[in-house]
Amino acid sequence: MELSDLYRDVILDHNRHPRNFGNLSPANATIEGFNPLCGDRLTLRLQLTDDRIADIRFEGQGCAISTASASLMTEAVKGKTRAEAEQLFERIHGLLTDDAAPVDEQLGKLAALSGVREFPARVKCASLCWHTLASALKAGQTASLPAVSTE
Amino acid sequence: MNNVAAAQQTLKFDVEAIRREFPVLARMVHGKPLAFLDNGASAQRPNSVIAAVDDYERHHHANIHRGVHALSQEATALYEGARDRIAGFIGARSRNEIIFVRGTTEAINLVAQSFGRPSLQANDEILITHLEHHANIVPWQILCEQTGARLVVAPMDSRGEVHADAVEALMGPRTKIFACAHVSNALGTVLPVRRLIAGAKARGIATLIDGAQAIPHMAVDVQDLDCDFYAFSGHKMFGPTGIGVLYGRESILERMPPWQGGGDMILTVSFTKTTYNGLPHKFEAGTPNISGVVGLGAAVDFFGTLDLDAAHAHEQELLDYATCMLGKIEGLRMIGTAAHKASLVSFVVAGVHPHDLGTILDQDGIAIRTGHHCAMPVMEFFKVPATARASFAFYNTFDEIDRLGASIERARRLFA
Repeated sequence: MELSDLYRDVILDHNRHPRNFGNLSPANATIEGFNPLCGDRLTLRLQLTDDRIADIRFEGQGCAISTASASLMTEAVKGKTRAEAEQLFERIHGLLTDDAAPVDEQLGKLAALSGVREFPARVKCASLCWHTLASALKAGQTASLPAVSTE
Repeated sequence: MNNVAAAQQTLKFDVEAIRREFPVLARMVHGKPLAFLDNGASAQRPNSVIAAVDDYERHHHANIHRGVHALSQEATALYEGARDRIAGFIGARSRNEIIFVRGTTEAINLVAQSFGRPSLQANDEILITHLEHHANIVPWQILCEQTGARLVVAPMDSRGEVHADAVEALMGPRTKIFACAHVSNALGTVLPVRRLIAGAKARGIATLIDGAQAIPHMAVDVQDLDCDFYAFSGHKMFGPTGIGVLYGRESILERMPPWQGGGDMILTVSFTKTTYNGLPHKFEAGTPNISGVVGLGAAVDFFGTLDLDAAHAHEQELLDYATCMLGKIEGLRMIGTAAHKASLVSFVVAGVHPHDLGTILDQDGIAIRTGHHCAMPVMEFFKVPATARASFAFYNTFDEIDRLGASIERARRLFA
């Protein structure tokens, strides 16, 4: 269990320079995520067009793991269909929680999140944005959705 | 550690001897010696507390107040004996004023429901301060919903201080309860509780002090404070978890209805009429946490073996040392800079989220608390989502604070 395994260069870079950060207008789905353990807050805005994530941006305050995970996620799911994004959520969920699972090389940059599973106290930081996205996709095109909590 | 600090430490307080009483302090975490700086969340246990609980479990356990057999009598004597010593520890007039509860949270809920609910009316006011722990906010909010009373919040200033004048200005004819922390868990501020209690008393307002963070750091005398209620937890004063104390003025406790019904709190029960037991048993329904009480009694005894003035002076030196040392770290902002503080420092570091800081410090064997400290209104006031908090006990050392500083610098470099 090494710190450099958790704070890989990709993670540090996306924390310093988060992609797709800020408001999104127009957006036809807005959802908030909240981690009461650490106070992380995240607002995810999506523009869903014909079942596809045409655009996605996030805002909020969070730790490096939470910010980098959201940044990497928005990059990865932009342009994907709802089904593709949901599939990716399942793979990331496995990556974060299943110690025994081999790291899927096809995940590309997202594989950098695998270091988190050695730090159980931090899994929720990485998974908050993904749970938030999953709820947004499940609910579909709703203007405002109830907040997601990782507790 | 610098030489002056080292000299002060050996002259005033033998911290190494104290540390040997706490077995966990000798362990390694991630290959580094443990530096336990999260005492505000829960303090560690000395050998004497561990031994007392162990002895009880091995040799004396039975239910209390029930059996005529030897073990039940021994368990009862241990349980009630601890009550006597705890009453003495906080200067209560009578053992009847010591009610065993799960902790500070339960104590405050008990007062809200048993004292507040029958006596409050719509538009009555409950006065608290801005720096309270959620446990001294939410029970009152529930009470407000139940009775139509209003929660009034006294301000704090930018240093995290609460000024008696500002609080007293809000004590009006409708104020029925004043509740505040003795020491802020998020900021370390020591509140001017004696004056606040006197101000409330002069206006006929009932007073509750949340003493969870004060009881390990200062001598508490409830008669000197003259409060109506004082709540504290065992595990923050080197005792077990799941046990705490509500002190209540006997004349008030006598008028309060039971909070929970069940065994031990009754004298007679029939299907038409039940008569309640007297104090303190009226408020202790069901089989209590007997081993917890035994452990808490041992924790009180442990305080008796310490030179308390020296222990508290050592904690204040740790606070001064940490404040000075952390103040030199670039980008570090101290949250809570009251003139009178207990030995804890809350802070944020530019570019490093508290949660990341907590993980990095943990890798260096240093345990701190990160988060909102169950005081979200305090975080909101200082416009931070969370802070890092190092909270010291008398067994902490200057060397541990040096390690804290070095580890924060390491985190800054990682995120630079």
